Amino acid sequence: MPELLVDYLPLVIFIGVSLVIAAALLVAPFIIAYKNPDPEKLSAYECGFNAFDDARMKFDVRFYLVSILFIIFDLEVAFLFPWAVAFKEVGVFGFWSMMTFLGVLTIGFVYEWRKGALEWD
Amino acid sequence: MAAAAFFYLFAGITLASALMVIAAKNPVHSVLFLILAFVNAAGLFLLMGAEFLAMILVVVYVGAVAVLFLFVVMMLDVDFAQLRQGFLSYLPFGAVIALMLLVELVLVVTTYIVQPGALKGPAPAAPSADALISNTEALGRVLYTQYLYFFQAAGLVLLVAMIGAIVLTLRHKAGVKRQDISRQVARTPEAAVEIKKVPFRQGV
Amino acid sequence: MDLFLSVLLMLGKSLLLIVALLVFIAFALYGDRKVWAAVQLRRGPNVVGPWGLMQSFADLLKFALKEPVIPAGANKGLFLLAPFVTTLLALSAWAVIPLNDGWALADINVGILYLFAISSLGVYGVIMGGWASNSKYPFLSALRSAAQMVSYEVSIGFVIITVLLCVGSLNLTDIVNAQDTRAGLLGWYWLPLLPMFVIFFISAMAETNRPPFDLVEAESELVAGFMVEYSSTPYLLFMLGEYVAIMTMCALMTILFLGGWLSPIPFAPFTWVPGVIWFVLKASFMFFLIAMVKAFVPRYRYDQLMRLGWKVFLPISLAMVVIVAGVLQLTGWAPGH
Repeated sequence: MPELLVDYLPLVIFIGVSLVIAAALLVAPFIIAYKNPDPEKLSAYECGFNAFDDARMKFDVRFYLVSILFIIFDLEVAFLFPWAVAFKEVGVFGFWSMMTFLGVLTIGFVYEWRKGALEWD
Repeated sequence: MAAAAFFYLFAGITLASALMVIAAKNPVHSVLFLILAFVNAAGLFLLMGAEFLAMILVVVYVGAVAVLFLFVVMMLDVDFAQLRQGFLSYLPFGAVIALMLLVELVLVVTTYIVQPGALKGPAPAAPSADALISNTEALGRVLYTQYLYFFQAAGLVLLVAMIGAIVLTLRHKAGVKRQDISRQVARTPEAAVEIKKVPFRQGV
Repeated sequence: MDLFLSVLLMLGKSLLLIVALLVFIAFALYGDRKVWAAVQLRRGPNVVGPWGLMQSFADLLKFALKEPVIPAGANKGLFLLAPFVTTLLALSAWAVIPLNDGWALADINVGILYLFAISSLGVYGVIMGGWASNSKYPFLSALRSAAQMVSYEVSIGFVIITVLLCVGSLNLTDIVNAQDTRAGLLGWYWLPLLPMFVIFFISAMAETNRPPFDLVEAESELVAGFMVEYSSTPYLLFMLGEYVAIMTMCALMTILFLGGWLSPIPFAPFTWVPGVIWFVLKASFMFFLIAMVKAFVPRYRYDQLMRLGWKVFLPISLAMVVIVAGVLQLTGWAPGH
């Protein structure tokens, strides 16, 4: 097995162990707990009322906009990781290359700020 | 041996969950299977030694893109009965597109030529094979200098995506009261409070 | 046979680490409640065991013996998968955390990226739980939290980048070793990168839905948010996952800014103390700060929360990335091979 994968083997085992522990906790009350079923217990909580209609409804498109903007900034961060690690090796050229990249995205950020996309109303 | 076992495990789950993405009735389940496929694809990257790409796949696709998918699928009020209603009328149109895609795929696969000699002999040593530098650093060394144009093009694509998302979805509601924090902070007692001398038994 | 033995050893180590972590979390929970009580001049838990020390264990028993209820309208599979995923993800972050020099179970090259990935997946438990419950409060809570956790993820990313610029490696052990200067306490990154430390501290609370950013479960508005329909151990798993995630953030702050296992005073009697003790002390100190913030900062309003994330932290952390990179470029202090 290559050297690199040996580093990851404990990770897999650790995740396996936490999987077992979480599953054991999840299953435990279904086996040991006292049960007294009642149809009223199964209704959705709505401060004492019966639910008027389906809980899943239309919502503001702004939440969607926030998650698109997040994807873009997340990609920006993803591009920054190798740059930060190879900062010395890429030298002045790499530095200005990244500054141009960040500059382009800052234009987008300023645009979104001026447009009011970051306002929450 | 163990690496091969993990390869078949990840590859098998990737294929099975990819199949479930299109087979599942509930779109939410489809997205969850898609996430499973992404995670296993990350595992496959890892087996090839591309640890940086594996993690970025999880961060970007599972942590961001799939969140958006899930968000849309879960929260949009999708009425499945209504969706199925138009199924027959759209069927010919869909069939034509599927046929076109199939023809394209067949063309691509049948005309694909493996470069002679690519399958035998050791693969050319990738920069990541160097034990001293990690593959994150190897990527960093070429991405910002050698592949400058692609990198800047990626930046421009992101800019277009950002502006496009705003143009398409941003709608301002009329008559919304907003908090202006800098104005609140700049308020002084002199501007906000007026002290009046009240004459005795006369009121203001 | 050799492989079998080493796998067995890793299994034992993993089990030991998880059990130690969970016991530590049990007492951290007790400490959290005691701090909260002390700020409000109450006694806090003081019945179970001496000074109430066994409170968390009694809670565990009670959770396990409660009747689990799955609402009739819920998607049963997803409803149970959500808390399971929350805890699983929170726990699996701990595989890469180095409690002492060379103590990380999996000392991978991209450790910090792994933690970043895990913390970005934390939002799934909330969205899945909120949606699967098929009830209105959980639904609203899932919407809110998805946007909230996602917003603060970005500034956390930029903060991590500034630290990486000073280190030049994604390995967590390397990050701690890079802070090992003769200056001890003053050589750690909290001092030169103080604004980033503050941003990270606040973003970490927002990312883990800790008060004052617990809009996900704001009881005055959403009763208990996405956890309204949960009972018994599914609820416990959500809470456990949340506390493990908070502890992960404390450990991450310790590694990035407080020199991990390094002794604060770099000479003899202090350097004899095992590194793991320093690590636990530092992480506990960060947890104490977070507990104090919970006790005396009122909850944010949602528009203020989004403003803080997008209009304050994002520009500041982006500017700091540029400033730190510029300083390193000009002075030639950047680490390299």
